[in-house]
Amino acid sequence: MADDLLTYLAPATIVTWHRPCTRFELDQPAWRLLVERMAEADWSLLGLWADVDWIHMALRDEVEGGVAVASVPVIDGRYPAVSPVRPGAIRLERVIRDLWGHEADGAVDTRPWLDHGRWPDRRPLSPHPVATPPDAPTAEAYAFLPATGDGLHQVPVGPIHAGIIEPGHFRFTANGETVVRLEARLGWLHKGIESLMQGLAPADAARLACRISGDSAVAHALAFARAAEAAADIRPPPRADWLRAVMAELERIANHLGDIGAICNDVAYAFMSAECGVLRERCLRAAAACFGHRLMFDRIVPGGVAGDIDADQVGVLRRLVHGIRPAFRKLIDVYDNQASLADRLVGTGTVRPELVHRFAAGGFVGRASLRAVDARKAAPYPPYDKLDWPIPLFGEGDVNARVWVRIREVEASLDLIDALLDGLPGGPIAVAMPARAGEGLALVEGFRGEIMTWVRLDAAGRVGRCHPRDPSWFQWPLLEAAIEGNIIADFPVCNKSFNCSYAGVDL
Amino acid sequence: MSQWPITLRRLFAPSLTEGAPPADPAGMAQLAAAVDSAARRRLGRSLALRAVDAGSCNGCELELHALANAFHDLERLGLKFVASPRHADVLLVTGPVTTNMREALHRAIEATPDPKWVVAVGDCAAGTGVFAGAYGVAGPLSSFTQVDLVIPGCPPTPVQLLAGLRCLLEPG
Repeated sequence: MADDLLTYLAPATIVTWHRPCTRFELDQPAWRLLVERMAEADWSLLGLWADVDWIHMALRDEVEGGVAVASVPVIDGRYPAVSPVRPGAIRLERVIRDLWGHEADGAVDTRPWLDHGRWPDRRPLSPHPVATPPDAPTAEAYAFLPATGDGLHQVPVGPIHAGIIEPGHFRFTANGETVVRLEARLGWLHKGIESLMQGLAPADAARLACRISGDSAVAHALAFARAAEAAADIRPPPRADWLRAVMAELERIANHLGDIGAICNDVAYAFMSAECGVLRERCLRAAAACFGHRLMFDRIVPGGVAGDIDADQVGVLRRLVHGIRPAFRKLIDVYDNQASLADRLVGTGTVRPELVHRFAAGGFVGRASLRAVDARKAAPYPPYDKLDWPIPLFGEGDVNARVWVRIREVEASLDLIDALLDGLPGGPIAVAMPARAGEGLALVEGFRGEIMTWVRLDAAGRVGRCHPRDPSWFQWPLLEAAIEGNIIADFPVCNKSFNCSYAGVDL
Repeated sequence: MSQWPITLRRLFAPSLTEGAPPADPAGMAQLAAAVDSAARRRLGRSLALRAVDAGSCNGCELELHALANAFHDLERLGLKFVASPRHADVLLVTGPVTTNMREALHRAIEATPDPKWVVAVGDCAAGTGVFAGAYGVAGPLSSFTQVDLVIPGCPPTPVQLLAGLRCLLEPG
């Protein structure tokens, strides 16, 4: 039973056109055995998604490091559930049923997720959608999980919140001020991005990938481009890889600066918010000056990048890094010595390492609770295979630890940008995408954590199916655990410390 | 270290805040057509803004947030974000209006007291943007409600947002 993931799957049928990792086709009995094996094996769930007649699941062996995709055919609209052994699969199975109509046998939770009973058609991605009946239960009829006891009361919040923030509904059950249970109800932003991507040329689908979650425009575009390139079996030129990494690190720094400021602002320390806001704005202005867009939308295209930078623009980035570094150091010194911040942020919103591990949560949520997985190191993609930097790791799992992960990552990313500019190779910045069929999977580290994107290209080189899995899928459920036992008034700061994407999971 | 050395230096250093852009002429023309001058006089020279995300990718939200930073300092113009639509003069709507958000958006519009302005922020709110034709999109915004002003962009930059919002402050 000591098999690693790839050895375990080796007897299954190998799909030869899947890259770079192997995809194995299993029958339903073999899939059931795989799920049983997962109950004991340290194989983390990277994604679970559907195609017309197939369910695909990406796994990583946390001991050996191997990544594989396992696929099972859907028979009579059903497949064996994964959620009994991987709680991270619960919402993904609900999405598969809402979008495709495929039922997971033995699923832990069979309530709808994205389908609020308002779309014209049910199972909109299936080849045979059905009209939503006029008496379909809407979001109001949703059966929230019960919490019973003397003196418990419910506080419904959202979908529209006080503030400039994305929509989501949060149902708190509280005893006095203390939260006994929180349940999130998302899906308000569902547009149907996966369906829109189907049939598009990769270059057009990349524009949608950029807008999956605007704050991760670079990371999602990069994951899509890498998956499409793997499917078409091409490699972008080295200069494109390095420029992509510069953008990815710049995006990480800008977002972390915004988060650090916003977390402090949520406990009424406006000074940090103002100062971090200045640094963030400098990042966005440098992005506009060097890449032509403040949030770097549409800069990464399948095959390479949309534009090059010249020596002056390299200078802009150098000055940005050298300006932020000392200013940020002073702010961190302030953060570290402010008793009022420590009073509110230390010990608030704690997530246990076991839970983070069970959900395979990445990013600052994982790294604040001892889970060190970083896609840039776990399966290094260029140019990170040629670079080294520290991965910060904290064990407290509270809001403060999530801030410290961000602080250390800002510092590491500033150094990375310097290293990237030092080593920036010359040459072309893009290659053409061939019209070739294939399947590709990409794992990319965005500022929130690991993004997994899977792409199937048809013979004309167009997108047959694309599934982008945002890191927030495995972080949102942990927020519900983090808030338990905290007061409702601390929810905003806990939520901000997670900063999960709403748009990225609603799609 | 405490914050005070930094704060003190900020007090004596040149201000980071930049001159606000003038009102966008295109926006002025839209407003003249959409809102009668009596209403514009009543709304006055200071406006409460309420942002509603009706399907945005969150890019527009990031730039709305950037309006508050030291470079743009929205509040100096008499514009401020409020928590409730009941306190708002202006609704800033982002996103292509998803089917799932349609009712919540409708309730937010109903909750905003008249006279009010509805502003479509970004290309998605203006005309569903890159999400045009998606089955989960019910928009654009103008198919549900009168849109008084459009601030285009994907997303609009803070300067474009300021130029658009300043139109609301100009006397009709």
